[in-house]
Amino acid sequence: MIQGIPLYYFLVVSTLMFFIGIFGFLTRKNLITMLMSIELILNSVNINFVVFNKYLYPQNLQGHFFSIIVIAVAAAEAAVGIAIIINIYRNFRSIDVENVDQMKN
Amino acid sequence: MNNQVMFVFLALMILVFSVLTVTSRKILRAAVYLLFVLVSTAGIYFQLEYTFLAAVQLTVYAGGIVVLIIFSILLTSHISEKAAVSEWKQSVLSTLASGAGALLTLLTIYKFTFVPSPEPASTSTVTDVGTALISTEHNGFALPFEVVSILLLAAMIGAIIVARREKDKNMNSENK
Amino acid sequence: MINYSYTILIPLIPFIVFLFTGLTGHRMKPVVSGIIGSAGLGIAAILSYYTAWQYFWHSHVAGSAYVPVKAFEVTWLRLNENLVINLGSLLDPISVMMLIVITTVSLMVHIYSIGYMKGERGYHRFFSFLSLFSFSMLGLVLATNIFQMYIFWELVGVSSFLLIGFYYEKPSAVAASKKAFIVTRFADLGFLIGILMLSFTTKTFDFISLTSPGGPAIASAGGATFLGFSVLVWSLIFIFMGGAGKSAMFPLHIWLPDAMEGPTPVSALIHAATMVVAGVYLVARLFPVFALGAPDALHVVAWVGGFSSLFAAVIACTQTDIKRVLAYSTMSQIGYMMLALGVSGYGGHEGLGFMASNWHLFTHAFFKSLLFLGAGAVIHAVHSNDMRDMGGLRKYLPVTHITFLIACFAIAGVPGFSGFFSKDEILSAAFEHNRVLFFIEYAVAGITAFYMFRLYYNIFWAKETHYHHTPHEAPYIMTIPLMILAFGSVFAGYLPFSHLVTSDGLPFAAHINWSVAIPSIIIALAGIGVATFMYMKTNGLPDKIANAIPHFYKWAYHKFYFDEIYLFVTKKIIFRYISTPIAWFDRHIVDGTMNGIAGLTQLTSNSIKDFQSGRLQQYGFVFVSGAVALALIFIFLW
Repeated sequence: MIQGIPLYYFLVVSTLMFFIGIFGFLTRKNLITMLMSIELILNSVNINFVVFNKYLYPQNLQGHFFSIIVIAVAAAEAAVGIAIIINIYRNFRSIDVENVDQMKN
Repeated sequence: MNNQVMFVFLALMILVFSVLTVTSRKILRAAVYLLFVLVSTAGIYFQLEYTFLAAVQLTVYAGGIVVLIIFSILLTSHISEKAAVSEWKQSVLSTLASGAGALLTLLTIYKFTFVPSPEPASTSTVTDVGTALISTEHNGFALPFEVVSILLLAAMIGAIIVARREKDKNMNSENK
Repeated sequence: MINYSYTILIPLIPFIVFLFTGLTGHRMKPVVSGIIGSAGLGIAAILSYYTAWQYFWHSHVAGSAYVPVKAFEVTWLRLNENLVINLGSLLDPISVMMLIVITTVSLMVHIYSIGYMKGERGYHRFFSFLSLFSFSMLGLVLATNIFQMYIFWELVGVSSFLLIGFYYEKPSAVAASKKAFIVTRFADLGFLIGILMLSFTTKTFDFISLTSPGGPAIASAGGATFLGFSVLVWSLIFIFMGGAGKSAMFPLHIWLPDAMEGPTPVSALIHAATMVVAGVYLVARLFPVFALGAPDALHVVAWVGGFSSLFAAVIACTQTDIKRVLAYSTMSQIGYMMLALGVSGYGGHEGLGFMASNWHLFTHAFFKSLLFLGAGAVIHAVHSNDMRDMGGLRKYLPVTHITFLIACFAIAGVPGFSGFFSKDEILSAAFEHNRVLFFIEYAVAGITAFYMFRLYYNIFWAKETHYHHTPHEAPYIMTIPLMILAFGSVFAGYLPFSHLVTSDGLPFAAHINWSVAIPSIIIALAGIGVATFMYMKTNGLPDKIANAIPHFYKWAYHKFYFDEIYLFVTKKIIFRYISTPIAWFDRHIVDGTMNGIAGLTQLTSNSIKDFQSGRLQQYGFVFVSGAVALALIFIFLW
């Protein structure tokens, strides 16, 4: 609990960030940018976890650890995602999401 | 008061650079804006007194992932290359969907009354975090910790295998 | 108490031979599969003789009743507490007698076929089917309960189907096998209904408890009635329908003449000696139920048998295909057996008809299979089935000629030959119980003698036909079975049958009733005489007689148009007025519904298949807007 800042402020920030991420995911054609949008989304969720932890259940550290785990998952996701993107680039000479519409060709 | 000023500053940083991240037509710049967003998030964690988490955020996110992303951008794109603009129809629809979602969520949050806990906060020093992380007691996180380590290992191996150049195929094509 | 459990081997050995030759036959030399088949049947035959010796003489106290013995039994299906289906082997006088008949005739046919089928394609297939048939038939006669009998009954039908259609490249053989299968299957439907009704009223499948005179079956003779008959009578009539189908009784006889499309040894085994008498065996097996519980059903049996014997005998006089003559003669003789059962009472001398029927079954198996095998030897020599292509063959085929003549004497009822004794007992039984049928049988006896000798003279005497190449006697492997069967045809009549096979198991003394026998001898000799007069030398007499009664001759020649009637009924009436609307309903309503559903699905998927575009962002958009929409609904509208 931080003096002078209600819980709602954090939630508004994280919500806006979340939907900005979704907007990016839906509009950008570039696979790497889409990946970055996902990172934004994950970040907003992290903020939520941490804030709820801090404001509503300060005696525990669940939200805190959940955020750490989400960060680890995000790292794994980024690594694998980028490996896939590089592979796609090798096949199509481009990283446009439009190219990737078949499971197999 | 200081808290509020700091928070507003961080919140503005986050929102502005988030928008820039998803709208910038130069990918490398987008990556840098993302870096700013992540650093500002770390600032929020500091403000919440979760220093360990903030440190992890800085090292893993800002340090690791963003570098990874920048590398892959350099591998796959020209710096000067501008990203294609999506169709206006798609943009409008996406804006509507995400805007509606945001409004809905904000409305719900606004309507809901959160009751802050009166209890004193437990400490979250690095020692506490480390003890809880390998503790098998109540409120211990040994199992998730192990699961995450296996996940990271699997992701590492997976990334190597997926991104590896297929040697056999190339050799065959060379033979031809 | 003697252990009879080895009797289970009697059907099992042919079954193993069937599997062995069926699975590996194509790798061995053809004749080897024949030898293996014959050897397997030989072992089964030896076991059967041993069983008979043990059952009838060794273990039996003179003068006491023969009791049924359950040699072996396992529970096969336990459907619920009351409904249990067993498999096993039951030994009683008739089943032991049938064992001997089947294994002997089958062994002879196997040996004969080694020579007869030489050079045919599918030699090992033939022998494996023969073994399958022997297995099924032996399992049928050994059945401990009516359900096991039904299972083997169908197996017998299948093997008959396979063997009739043995020359499956010949369209007529295929048609004949289908016809035989469908007609008998139709009859078996009645059999099944009968079994269900019978087991429903009696709560048992088991033969021993069904046929014990104080048992539940006979006790249920009263009770509910339908159209004046009790449930028991109806169930037995339905069961008899199955028997009539298998035994080619009128009006389900139409398949038997066509079944002659199969190889001749098959006709000898299946369509003369064993399978076709399964109906007689079935009635004999349930005889106490018929006699004590349902005399009305027994009358049906008697009249169907009597009519069939006359009907078939008349047709037999006009046919020119020698195998068809024999087929109608078989039908006629089985009619005799059915009639004998039908006029029989239960117990002691009253059961004369039962004894006579089984005796006739026994002797008939010998002389009729001999006739078929002899006909096979003739066909083998002449390469034709038609008696108009034959004549004067006695010089070329001496062994066949003599054995065939013996069989003709036996079937005609000439004294001293086996057929005389058994037929005389049948006539005596008929004389005591039903005079009308008795006189019909007199007539049939005369007609039988006439058509058999018509056949004999047309083949072996009459005109000198010029053959493309001189006919030659069959090899020893074919003539030796003929001689063995001829031996049986002569001497099977001297067995003390009334001491062995009786309706209640108690032996009694049967004597030749000379007041019945002498007229029948005269009638038989008259039939032979007429045939001799007409056919021994070629003369115009047969044609003149045929011209004198043109309509009747034409009728009989066309088998009284029964095939045509059946075709008319099935094609013109059932197919057109019942099957066609059903087919239309099936095609348009049932299929139409299904097609409609399929078409609707296709239409829907065509219109929505664009959702599956593979475009990630489209999916994302749908997902997000869907989630928002759902959230809206659940938060504000609920």
